[in-house]
Amino acid sequence: MTPARATTHAPLSAGIARALAALRRIIGVPDYDRYVQHMHAHHPGCAVLPRDEFMRERMADRYGRPGNRCC
Amino acid sequence: MHRLRSTLAWTAVALAGAGSLAAIALARGEKVSAAWLLVAALCVYAIAYRFYSRIIAANIFALDATRATPAERLNDGRDFVPTNRWIVFGHHFAAIAGPGPLVGPTLAAQFGYLPGALWIIVGVAIGGAVQDCVILCSSLRRDGKTLGEMAKEEIGPVAGYTALVAVIGIMVILIAVLALVVVNALKSSPWGIVTLGLTIPIALFMGVYLRWLRPHRVLEASAIGLALLVVALYAGRWVAGSPSLAPIFTFDGPTIALMVIAYGWAAAVLPVWLLLAPRDYLSAFVKIGVVAALALGIVVVLPPLEMPAVTRFVDGTGPVFAGKLFPFVFITIACGAISGFHALISSGTTPKLLESEPDARLIGYGAMLMESAVAIMALIAACALTPGVYFAINAPVALLGTTAATAAEAVQQWGFVVTPDQLAQLARDVGESSILSRTGGAPSLAVGMAHLFSAALGGSGALALWYHFAIMFEALFILTTLDAGTRVGRFMLQGLLKHAWEPLGRVSWYPAVLLTSAMVVGMWGYFLYQGVIDPLGGINSLWPLFGIANQLLATVALCVGTTVIIKMGKARYAFMTVVPLCWLTVVTMTAGFLKVFSRDPKLGFLAHAELVQETLDAGLLPLGAKTVADASRIVTNDRVDAFVAAFFLASVIVILAASLREWWAVLGGRKPAVSSEVPYRPRTAFASGD
Repeated sequence: MTPARATTHAPLSAGIARALAALRRIIGVPDYDRYVQHMHAHHPGCAVLPRDEFMRERMADRYGRPGNRCC
Repeated sequence: MHRLRSTLAWTAVALAGAGSLAAIALARGEKVSAAWLLVAALCVYAIAYRFYSRIIAANIFALDATRATPAERLNDGRDFVPTNRWIVFGHHFAAIAGPGPLVGPTLAAQFGYLPGALWIIVGVAIGGAVQDCVILCSSLRRDGKTLGEMAKEEIGPVAGYTALVAVIGIMVILIAVLALVVVNALKSSPWGIVTLGLTIPIALFMGVYLRWLRPHRVLEASAIGLALLVVALYAGRWVAGSPSLAPIFTFDGPTIALMVIAYGWAAAVLPVWLLLAPRDYLSAFVKIGVVAALALGIVVVLPPLEMPAVTRFVDGTGPVFAGKLFPFVFITIACGAISGFHALISSGTTPKLLESEPDARLIGYGAMLMESAVAIMALIAACALTPGVYFAINAPVALLGTTAATAAEAVQQWGFVVTPDQLAQLARDVGESSILSRTGGAPSLAVGMAHLFSAALGGSGALALWYHFAIMFEALFILTTLDAGTRVGRFMLQGLLKHAWEPLGRVSWYPAVLLTSAMVVGMWGYFLYQGVIDPLGGINSLWPLFGIANQLLATVALCVGTTVIIKMGKARYAFMTVVPLCWLTVVTMTAGFLKVFSRDPKLGFLAHAELVQETLDAGLLPLGAKTVADASRIVTNDRVDAFVAAFFLASVIVILAASLREWWAVLGGRKPAVSSEVPYRPRTAFASGD
């Protein structure tokens, strides 16, 4: 969490952006930026899925198995 | 010094909790404030979290902050993503908390507030939260394996198949009973049906917006969706108030049931981005918002509990559902105390997100405590209603009759005071033609919440808006569970059927998709429809079946947990899962046995079938049936219900026998106690996220 704050110039708007990102993750929106970051960091040579395809793939997974929704 | 202060603080928490419990338990004849119930619950939660969950975290699993989690080792940026613990907490909570913890406690209020409250508070501390946490830790140490996989590997293939069947069974019954709750809330309610109906185009619009208009702006689309929900609320009021439009949108139960069935099928067939995903986002927001609002309402108003601590219905004569306090309060309240379904989530997405092992305590144990708090709040909202009103809303037509006068008379005979005028006035206040026999818990909870909200936030003129707001959000949750559940059921069915004929397993071949979706919808649709036409209201027979199914899954989870603990060589701590397991086994077996074999026709499915058949044979029509065909259908339904309950019972026995055999073998030294955990690897990354 701290490194993000260190690199930003406007802490307030960065804070809001982080809060919104957290909110998105809580309601279950797949995090594309994180995925791209991960691919660049760990698999530099590999092809990165475009955003649309990534989202489609994540959603198919989310709604394709039990264990993401309860009574 | 620090130690002393900590001891003093925890002593104070313990005393406050014990004092509040004593105040609740010993109060006789005078009304108790909801504050006592809240304080008692929160103190017990704090103590359980601090001291009891420590045994799981420290003594059993020895959760280790230096050990790499699956999210770190298998990080792929998609499924396995190390995530901040509070985000995982929110995500996990939003996944486990649905309509269950709201409906169960509301129904169980027929026994009074004390039995339900004690079971919720004690059950979660030593049962539900333990189950969630142990399964989460077990899955965390096994690369995020699912409950079914762990059952198969730890106990044996028989247990694995039982788990699979239990999951399918529970989904069918769960969806049916939740859909029934929606139908009962919406029948003859043009306001409710218009408001809920409009949520479908709202979700579709969000889907289109996210796909083409402003792709991936989820929060923006959700904000628009939430604003449109408010518009839908007012649109419903406008339609209900219009003499020409209201009749067009007034439907009876069976018609709404068919609409829900058609909707379920469509939702399982349409692409997820169009309907499912946007509805899910909306529902998650509404969920968190309403839980917060409910907490705020209760804390601001601190309503007195109007319901007696214990009602006379503990003897099994209750109108809301049949059966005595034992075992039925423990079946009726599953979510909030212990819910087997959670084991699927604790071994699904959540273990793949944890950044650090010790977070499992907060998320596994802590999130379940929070769900339990939601259940306590639902119980408070139900018990803050005048008991006469509560029973007039929750008792079936067969007992109340159809007019306010007959209903008031029936309720008075049960010993509660309510006048026909009061019932008619309340119906007018909430903007409905009648509130009688709206079984299923959602409407009485909505009335309770509407009272709280209007007392805390706005005058009594807003009662009707708050009521329909509460109905809308409950129905929104339920439809989200219904369409996601149908879709998952479809995939599971396709997975099974492909062994019979390969093309049936193809997930993007339309004939297979349409057919298997129809089969899943047909399964829960059958139970839904039989519930809707049941003169006793359906909830009466379906909710106990759901409770038994859910506790069956909890039995599977606790068996898996116990096996894991024994194989780790920690058998001396196995009591953590064995104690709730024994209790659940006793409860499930007793309840299941009574539902199948009890000679009391109100309780036993077979006895009821027999009674109806005898009445028919005597040339008469049984209570509530209009034709001979209706009556024969009741007989068939009873037998199907009896079969389902017996099947769940047999599953409990199978899984227990398989587990006991495994434990004996390991404890007797005939099988080595080898843990199947993935070996230790130190963490490399410590920063949140990447």
